[in-house]
Amino acid sequence: MELDRHGLLSLYKTMTTIRHFEERGIPETGQRGMSASVHSSAGQEAVPTGMCANLSDDDYIGSTHRGHGHCIAKGVDPKLMMAELFGRATGPNKGKGGSMHISDMSKGMLGTNGVVGASIPLAVGAALTAKVKKNGKVAVAFFGDGASSQGVLHESMNLASIWKLPVIFLCENNGYAMSTPSEYGVSTTHVSDRAQGYDMPGINVDGMDVFAVYDASAQAVARARAGEGPTLIEAQTYRYYGHTVFDNPLTYRSQEEEDHWRARDPLKQFRDVVIPQGDITAEELDRLDAEAEALMEEAVKFADESPLPAPVELYDDVYVDYPVDMMKRGVNMSV
Amino acid sequence: MTVKSVIEAVREAITEEMRRDTKVFVIGEDVGVRGGVFLATQGLMEEFGSERIIDAPLAEASIMGIALGAAFRGMRPIPEVQFSDFVWPSVNQLIGEAARTCYGTNGAVQVPMVIRMPYGGGIRGGLFHSQNVETHFFHTPGLKVVAPSTPYDAKGLLKSAIRDNNPVVFLEHKKTYRLVRGEVPEEDYTLPIGKADVKRKGANITLVSYGLTLHYCLEAAETMAAEGVDVEVVDLRTLTPLDTDTVLNSVKKTGKLAIVHEDNITGGVGAEIAAIVADRAFEYLDGPIVRVCGPDVPTMPFAQTLEDAYMPTADKISDGLRKLAAY
Repeated sequence: MELDRHGLLSLYKTMTTIRHFEERGIPETGQRGMSASVHSSAGQEAVPTGMCANLSDDDYIGSTHRGHGHCIAKGVDPKLMMAELFGRATGPNKGKGGSMHISDMSKGMLGTNGVVGASIPLAVGAALTAKVKKNGKVAVAFFGDGASSQGVLHESMNLASIWKLPVIFLCENNGYAMSTPSEYGVSTTHVSDRAQGYDMPGINVDGMDVFAVYDASAQAVARARAGEGPTLIEAQTYRYYGHTVFDNPLTYRSQEEEDHWRARDPLKQFRDVVIPQGDITAEELDRLDAEAEALMEEAVKFADESPLPAPVELYDDVYVDYPVDMMKRGVNMSV
Repeated sequence: MTVKSVIEAVREAITEEMRRDTKVFVIGEDVGVRGGVFLATQGLMEEFGSERIIDAPLAEASIMGIALGAAFRGMRPIPEVQFSDFVWPSVNQLIGEAARTCYGTNGAVQVPMVIRMPYGGGIRGGLFHSQNVETHFFHTPGLKVVAPSTPYDAKGLLKSAIRDNNPVVFLEHKKTYRLVRGEVPEEDYTLPIGKADVKRKGANITLVSYGLTLHYCLEAAETMAAEGVDVEVVDLRTLTPLDTDTVLNSVKKTGKLAIVHEDNITGGVGAEIAAIVADRAFEYLDGPIVRVCGPDVPTMPFAQTLEDAYMPTADKISDGLRKLAAY
């Protein structure tokens, strides 16, 4: 599928929004003493961007602990996301969830997820629903190279294959499961090689190249919508920072390696390809960068000015309906 | 004696036991090159090599099952669950298999393994990095469950757990790792699994806890002392086998019992202790059994206000003790 001018600008806008969210938002959470468990996807922007450009709000994605990029690419409002990172009542999950539990059903975003591999079968379940309802929707299970070792992925791929479900398994291979190199943790040369075992296409793409991801995704989404079943895509990418803000990646990887990947930055690559074609100028892209920066300024302000949840909200939504007093039984609570 | 942190005590216990017995090995995610998320195994791969400090890919069910299989054949594995929140995929191997092995084989197969799990909240970790899981294992016959609160206890109990021939779930409250420091002897020592410890003597109220909240109980006891109420603080240290004698003897002396834990109140350790005391020391009780526990919500919420509302604190415990003291 050829991308028009609008489509190209939209890809860049998504990538720069993700980059600015990570570069601004994560240090801000640290300064507010919020949590150590925030995972930056800076460096990996091309993967969710290239995939989600092929999806609509009606399609579904399941995400990971490193899921801010997935949320933004699927259309979740970064201002609300920032509020969630800050634990504010205005977040999509009212501050209960934080970075690893952002969901927005209006955008088909089934949730970032703090347990590695746990969201994969959820995406398959969404795909099963789409097949039963015959509504043409597809689901994407984002996961990392670490999750590729989890049994639940293999069970899910087998089931998706035998039932020919409209699901795409999208492995973001950033080289490391926390500190464990994928060359060590994955038995095959590529995660995508594993598709053979489940009788589905396995595609390996450069995850720093948004166009490569876009094309592979377009093919897989078309296959899913046509009822031909699942596809496994592996995108080779890199996270610029440690596993979390408290992780020093240089204890298990080298500066040279980091430099090598940063030289292949997805936003830079986009500029290098698109600007010489003459249709889009550097100034236009600079403007999108500036807009993303301003948006994050606004998002941090919005989050800071948003209220914290009231303590009594602790008891909200444990069940759809349930006598709340029952849950307070015997507890010496101040709320 | 040297003052050490809980994490240092844990590391020392593992190191010393690995030097003592070549059958002991560690398996888990990021335990080798990185030395563990909390650095419990820092430097151990250098000393013991990659066959005894095994970096495993993310595969909790298999890590637990492989450790169990090695234990079947006489090894003494220490599988690490990176955060207790990640234990669920391996529950079949732990509750479904390990807990039942000795019973099912009429003692022919022993399972000398220690499952280490950092657990608990109060660290702004949110839904997936703050869980209390102890009640599930406390409820399961066949597993021993240990939950120390101090560096001294952590080291002595972990060494005992590694030498124990049963599967032992060893719970380390992650907030205590660097926060709680105390004296740890240089020489080899062990502490008996199944023995509680009276951390503070008192005459008016028995206050029972374990792990992080034990420290909040000690703070609350000081507050109450200033108000003229003398609180005895019992640190369970081991949840299974539960040291009912120490609890009962204390209650017979004080006539009043309060129990504190961070895990959900319903069906928790406190509920079991309340039932035991009601059954075996009913005539000694001068007041209701008070529980200050985590509320019945599914997991720790992320927002600061909600986590604070969830967590037991010294103030909340003091409130409970005041109610009880009034009887």
